[in-house]
Amino acid sequence: MLARVRAALRDVPPDEAPKDVPVERGYRTRDDAPPGELIDRFAERVEEYEARVLRVDADQVAAAVATACAARGARRLVIPHDLPAEWRPDGVELVADRVGAPLDHATLDGLDGALTGCALGIAETGTIVLDSGAGQGRRVISLLPDYHLCVVGADRVVGSVPEAVAALADAVAAGRPLTWISGPSATSDIELDRVEGVHGPRTLEVLLVG
Amino acid sequence: MSAEVGFRPEPFPVAARTALADAQLRRNLGKATTTIRAKRAQVVGELDDWEALREAGRALKERVLRHLDDYLEQLEESVTQAGGHVHWARDAAEANRIVAEIVTGHGEREVVKVKSLTTDETGLNEALAAAGVSAWETDLAELIVQLGRDASSHILVPAIHKSRAEIRELFLRTLDVDELTDEPTELAGAARAHLRRKFLSARVGVSGVNFALADSGTVCVVESEGNGRMCVTLPDVLVSVMGIEKVVPTWRDLEVFLQLLPRSSTGERMNPYTSFWTGVADGDGPQEFHLVLLDNGRTDVLADRIGRQTLNCIRCSACLNVCPVYERTGGHAYRSVYPGPIGAILTPQLQGIDRAGSLPFASTLCGACYEVCPVKIDIPEVLVHLRARVVEHAAGTRPVPGPEALSMRALGWVFADRRRYEAAQRAARAGSVTISRHGRIRRLPGPLAAWTEGRDAPTVARQSFRQWWAARGGAR
Repeated sequence: MLARVRAALRDVPPDEAPKDVPVERGYRTRDDAPPGELIDRFAERVEEYEARVLRVDADQVAAAVATACAARGARRLVIPHDLPAEWRPDGVELVADRVGAPLDHATLDGLDGALTGCALGIAETGTIVLDSGAGQGRRVISLLPDYHLCVVGADRVVGSVPEAVAALADAVAAGRPLTWISGPSATSDIELDRVEGVHGPRTLEVLLVG
Repeated sequence: MSAEVGFRPEPFPVAARTALADAQLRRNLGKATTTIRAKRAQVVGELDDWEALREAGRALKERVLRHLDDYLEQLEESVTQAGGHVHWARDAAEANRIVAEIVTGHGEREVVKVKSLTTDETGLNEALAAAGVSAWETDLAELIVQLGRDASSHILVPAIHKSRAEIRELFLRTLDVDELTDEPTELAGAARAHLRRKFLSARVGVSGVNFALADSGTVCVVESEGNGRMCVTLPDVLVSVMGIEKVVPTWRDLEVFLQLLPRSSTGERMNPYTSFWTGVADGDGPQEFHLVLLDNGRTDVLADRIGRQTLNCIRCSACLNVCPVYERTGGHAYRSVYPGPIGAILTPQLQGIDRAGSLPFASTLCGACYEVCPVKIDIPEVLVHLRARVVEHAAGTRPVPGPEALSMRALGWVFADRRRYEAAQRAARAGSVTISRHGRIRRLPGPLAAWTEGRDAPTVARQSFRQWWAARGGAR
């Protein structure tokens, strides 16, 4: 097959290297808006996807988790084993997914929700990125339960897609799986009417901290 | 879905007739194309660097395609290093055989599938069925199409030709549900419950690929519903099938494509879910990963210097939504997995001019497709190029010239001489008075009837330009 590819490219001079084909990166690679503005934009754009955003102080995360769970009657949440202690509320049963003793899919499917952190948020697109780093756990834990509550530190909000890509380069190089999440699962497949929630979590809530 | 192999499909003008007579199809298509077009225009308008992004996207694709051999070798090496297995498939049959062997090799009889145009192109589901394996489509629209034994009509929203009432009836008949209204939320809920059982039990997942990075071996799937995440995360074994043109040099290059694709496709700033994985991740997701690299005619496209840019395509479907021809006929008339303007240039190149030679003519050459294309494929240029190839091919294969070639020859003879031309004009004027109505001719006589089959002809003017010029005193 490679021989066929090479035969098809006979018009390419043999001494041409890939970098000899010019790529002009004339687009914006960073957003220089002040941090406050970026954080507001992030919150606004996440909400445009019909996800709820709650802004809380750093010492109120656990209380906000408890309130959010009580509001929707969520009693049992899966958490990654390394979720920060100060995010864990009383009154909600937290089921930890541990390395070496992972929860099976049926168990995860039976839980009310997932509580995780994230790697970063993108203001431009209202996107949350999980990169399998600290406080995020395996991909499946934020997938099977019908409710995802995600804690996003305001200091983790970047302006644009190129800034996010740059910040995630190490995680990719290390071979870690990534999930980019922009609002709850959605479809417009039936007569183009948007429905929030098909296979992924039908409810996404974001606790924006700081 | 696998209209790609076997008998020669009907030519576009014949297939379009059925579609044009379907009032519901035209209503749904009109709504879909208008809505997505407006959403796209809005989110594209938000970015003042859109043209720079398009140019970077085009240039990156050009770099990849001119050095595709290098990048494919690099990709194979990095995927292998990350614990994955790479397979090379020259054609559809080979790709299907590879996937079937992996599935049956694990003793499995079921797979869950993410929507993938590439596996539709190869007819994978039918091939798996022949090998005793059921492939469950998990995208809502693909599920509707599969359960109804139907065909996709749009790249992005394949079941757009179906009404909610029809989907309700289909689900009541085929899914294990007793009661159901035709509310989209409830219909989506029924699909969720049905497929959740499949997701939890399937041991093999099959996906397509939006981008694969040569430098790290990372594979990317872009989606909305979460069925993609399910298929690439839950099973023990994952098989991803990609056209060889989907390779991208480096992770950084996705900063371009992840802006271009969602805005062009669904008209969103970002699609709900994008998954990236690199080979096998210890303890997270499938512990066995196969990547199938598919040619199936792509190297033929690559060899054509004008046609090559067709392989820039990132399957966003923006060109469908702006095309005046697609908007009226819908996707079925193209008799291919790839409809619309991109299909009109991709299908004949992948399948051969002799099988899909009518498609390059399914366009008005208005150029709207080029203007919205996020990777700047000059679709009108390729259409004209392919039309020339179709005509050359016809001249080369027909023992006697066809009616079109004959009439062009006759026209050439008339045009070559002023007296002959003027005599023909007079004759046409005399003739057209008798057959025209309200200034239009609906049906030309004799062999000329072929021209009016798809259009009205205007009545010949009472006076020719030369007569008018002479009457007003010529070049005084």
